[in-house]
Amino acid sequence: MRTFVGIDLGSTTTKAVLMDENKEVIGRGITNSRSNYATAARVASEEARIDARFTLFRRALHVGEAGHEHSAEFLAALERNFRLIQFLEQLDDLEETCHRQLEAERFKAVAGPLQEALHVIFARLREEAASLYAPGAKRKSDFFRDIAGSRFHVHAEAVAREMGIALEMVLNAYDKSIIEVENRPPGGELSEKFRRAVARMLAVDSHAADGEGDFAAMIESALGIELEETYLVGTGYGRVTLPFSKEHIRSEILCHGLGAHMMYPGTRTVLDIGGQDTKGIQIDGHGIVENFQMNDRCAAGCGRYLGYIADEMNMGLHELGPLAMQSNRPARINSTCTVFAGAELRDRLSLGEKREDILAGLHRAIILRAISIISRSGGVTDQFTFTGGVAKNEAAVRELRKLIQENYGEVTININPDSIYTGALGASEFARRAVAA
Amino acid sequence: MTVIVGPKTKPPEAIKDASMARQKQMVNAHYDRLASAKERGEKVAATFVPGNLNELLMCFDMVNNLPEVNAIQNGLRRQSGGYVMEAEKLGHSEDVCTYVKSDIGMMAKGNIGPNGKPLPDPDVLLLSYTGCFTFMKWFELLRRQYKCETIMFQTPYLADGRITKDMISYMVKQLRQDVIPKLERISGVKFDIDRLREYLRKSAKAEDDHVWVLQSAKHKPSPIDAYFGGIYYIGPIFGAFRGTDDAIEYYKFLRSEVEQRIAQGKGPVTPDGDMGQERYRLVVEGPPNYTNFRQFWKMFYDEGAVVVASSYTKVGGTYDYGFRHDPDRPLESLAEYCLNVYTNRNLPMRVDMLENYINEYEADGLLINSIKSCNSFSAGQLLMMREVEKRTGKPAAFIETDLVDPRYFSAANVKNRLESYFQMIEQKRAGFRGAA
Repeated sequence: MRTFVGIDLGSTTTKAVLMDENKEVIGRGITNSRSNYATAARVASEEARIDARFTLFRRALHVGEAGHEHSAEFLAALERNFRLIQFLEQLDDLEETCHRQLEAERFKAVAGPLQEALHVIFARLREEAASLYAPGAKRKSDFFRDIAGSRFHVHAEAVAREMGIALEMVLNAYDKSIIEVENRPPGGELSEKFRRAVARMLAVDSHAADGEGDFAAMIESALGIELEETYLVGTGYGRVTLPFSKEHIRSEILCHGLGAHMMYPGTRTVLDIGGQDTKGIQIDGHGIVENFQMNDRCAAGCGRYLGYIADEMNMGLHELGPLAMQSNRPARINSTCTVFAGAELRDRLSLGEKREDILAGLHRAIILRAISIISRSGGVTDQFTFTGGVAKNEAAVRELRKLIQENYGEVTININPDSIYTGALGASEFARRAVAA
Repeated sequence: MTVIVGPKTKPPEAIKDASMARQKQMVNAHYDRLASAKERGEKVAATFVPGNLNELLMCFDMVNNLPEVNAIQNGLRRQSGGYVMEAEKLGHSEDVCTYVKSDIGMMAKGNIGPNGKPLPDPDVLLLSYTGCFTFMKWFELLRRQYKCETIMFQTPYLADGRITKDMISYMVKQLRQDVIPKLERISGVKFDIDRLREYLRKSAKAEDDHVWVLQSAKHKPSPIDAYFGGIYYIGPIFGAFRGTDDAIEYYKFLRSEVEQRIAQGKGPVTPDGDMGQERYRLVVEGPPNYTNFRQFWKMFYDEGAVVVASSYTKVGGTYDYGFRHDPDRPLESLAEYCLNVYTNRNLPMRVDMLENYINEYEADGLLINSIKSCNSFSAGQLLMMREVEKRTGKPAAFIETDLVDPRYFSAANVKNRLESYFQMIEQKRAGFRGAA
């Protein structure tokens, strides 16, 4: 099967989309960009290939069709097992890497106890791993670094206490290892991992295989479909650091414009708030960019700003929106300058203002700036599409809806659940066209 | 394959053609003359590029010092950043015109010219153009510094889009009653109108070749870049050389150089050598960035983008619209010259001009470089852009940099926008075929 790959190398996350010849997205993958775009690109496209396999499995198992009610359940179980296998693999890598750290001079004096501590910590991590991927388990993040990191800290604290060794030494070994592990894309053949996942599932979760037909055989036949990567197009800030030749690179402005058009053919105005810039894009009926404006050298008000605010408030990025949604009286914050807003935030907190009100005000400030960039690009025309990571933030979306309504009246506002993949989607379509043309 | 950026190495020496080398000699000689003016008992006038009265100053044996050009030179030599900071230390605000701050900072640091020698204090400040109100404040600051006489030659703004008889007579009257008598007094030289006529005749001659060179960009491929290359082409005619034999010779030489390029079917010369295939023809509005000039230019020629016409090359006069200095109407033509400079034109006139350029030079679109610290250029640019887009149906784009403040140049941001713009043109060309 011929596929076309689009990779959006954003400053915060890297996204990949795999498209088939019929313009259908068969796989999506995302990873954090770290500081290594090359690895990020490899990991994101690997994730997209995994996702594509699941799409093929769904097709093979007739998920969603009448008479195939159990197949969805089977696939969900397969995915959990597959993710667990992936997690355990990376965990092995992490443990090995941590142990290698202990060979360094500074650990010499305490290497023995530390080694023992690491064995215990990793044993506990392995022990609980299955529960992390159990049916209904909630994970705050799907990135290995986040899951392993938070659990490692919990166990390290306990083990250091129990064994009477310095916690910082254990954490030091971890800190020195995690970046290395993260920058090492998972090795091994993908099909093999799927087979192992099926085998594990049949052993542990055998009831999941009770259903229509021989699921394992169907999976095997779907694994036989070759996914040929026909053409690749890269976009986003990291694009120039990769060894892509010019024809394999498109600006993210064009990719977001085209991606938004593919999601909503009626859209004429696109707002993309990414990690480090905000763009207002006007497109025509074919998804061709007519005009665009973006923030100047000051990136105030971009996605990264929310990251700073989250750090400032000692909160997770994903917690900001929900907290801001609790506010009925947003504070009036004029500055989108990250430093000024940080100062204003502390000032207001010290005056006893509610965190949710301040946060709501900050979200409003970001959107006000976005509105100004949109108006410079030519204003809002029906339909309007909001893309990029911030489109997932409900408080930002609430302010946006309000301000669009105030300034431009009734227009259709599209926000796709896969909005973060808009740029990569556009890139994959450019890849498809490069071959089709 | 994209080259992964390696350790910092010194960029190779910029490639210059013979006319550039020649101009460099002219400019160096001028700075030397300026630096030693006082030793020879010559008087010095400071004035601005737009609407400057070089021929008139020559009638009084005065040497012309242009603070704007000094700021540009300092920008190109990467000195301006320090000067701007120095001026801010003295109390000048961050958002003020960075030409002003570069100049003020240079004075504070000993007023050393690009040739490494101190520039002389002016004997007179001649403000002959008021389209930019910052210029008035700039000379107020310089007047306080040098405690010298300031002549204010008022040029009416073309708010209604046309030059009237009254405007001309108002300006000629000022020349007769105020500007000329003061210059006579300060210089001790009696005004001789025939001398002025002779200089104007020479100006017109150089202007003919200058216009020919700029209009050579109508060829495909264009043998010149009318923005980045353009700043070299406007140097002598907009500065201290108008009215001289040097200027006549320079433009004659430049013209023959360009004729040769056309005959050979060559594109413009860039700092990296001859430009590759011409892929995009652009009209550019707004001044360039000088602190990262070569890097900025490279973003264009690497993509095969050539600027075929620009408004910036008209800041010192719109000769391609037919104006020539006229020895038969000496004072009147000086007035007309001042009135005609690009930024003295109202917005509809500027829009017409950009629209014509796109059509005449068969450009793919309009690119605006909006200057952070220059309201004289930047005000109204977005409106102009939309209007030009509407009239021509060609795509336009907007980038933001500064004149000579390196802090306002974000390479990644500019490159991102430029690349998007070039790809946007490409996509438009492919039209529906590519969009299916």
